[in-house]
Amino acid sequence: MQLRHVVSVLTCEILSGDDLLDLDIACCFAADLMSDVLASAPNGALLVTGLASSQMVHTAEVADLAAIVLVAGKRPEVEALAFARQRKLPLLLTGLSMFEVCSLLSQHGLRGAVRKE
Amino acid sequence: MDRDSLYRESFPIKGDDFERGGEVATRVKGLLQQLGLPRDVIRRLSIANFEAEMNVVMYAREATLEVLVFPDLIRVQVVDRGPGIADIDWAMQEGHSTATEAMRARGFGAGLGLPNIQRNTDEFEVKSDVGVGTTLRYAVHTTSRPKEG
Repeated sequence: MQLRHVVSVLTCEILSGDDLLDLDIACCFAADLMSDVLASAPNGALLVTGLASSQMVHTAEVADLAAIVLVAGKRPEVEALAFARQRKLPLLLTGLSMFEVCSLLSQHGLRGAVRKE
Repeated sequence: MDRDSLYRESFPIKGDDFERGGEVATRVKGLLQQLGLPRDVIRRLSIANFEAEMNVVMYAREATLEVLVFPDLIRVQVVDRGPGIADIDWAMQEGHSTATEAMRARGFGAGLGLPNIQRNTDEFEVKSDVGVGTTLRYAVHTTSRPKEG
């Protein structure tokens, strides 16, 4: 699924990475616990999270994730947004809940990341 | 540390600086990319560095993360000044943590840090003196096959 499709399915506001919408998203990993993401999310995954702190962006950066969807209308911290823009990491915002986001992405064919263990 | 490294660089980390927690791991990732290392090696080291950095931010007063580059491996040592770990075997088990709610609100403190570091590295050692601090040493072999997990 292309990132622009994610934007349209979830009615996202694009906070960072509006020139990267052709990006192909391989799979999705949803969590608020960044250690879970670091332990189990494969590279290239879309991160769906309710965590708005800068650690959410650092996690995506170190784990080579493709993009981030911030759920439930939470605005990212100023540092988080600045860092996402600096690292050219797409950061999307939706008012939908975590459950609604996962459900819609699944209905549109995006698969969950397979846990590595 | 019985051999001379090709390159070494140290990065200070401040305890309780949640706003900047993750910046050192990201800077080191940039350094590793400049060295032209395989993507898998960079990813595993970056995950280990990020968990180690967040451990310092959450628990210690300050620390130095040092990266040493050798022809066949990257070694990292994180030396902190802080409370230390009273029971390392306990802390190494997934889910075991003394984190506060503030730490958990940042997406960390679930007792996965040290196990995540060990899982992503080829060599791993932790030593601690209660009341003095903790030293982590880990390494990733740059010529090894990608490690599962």
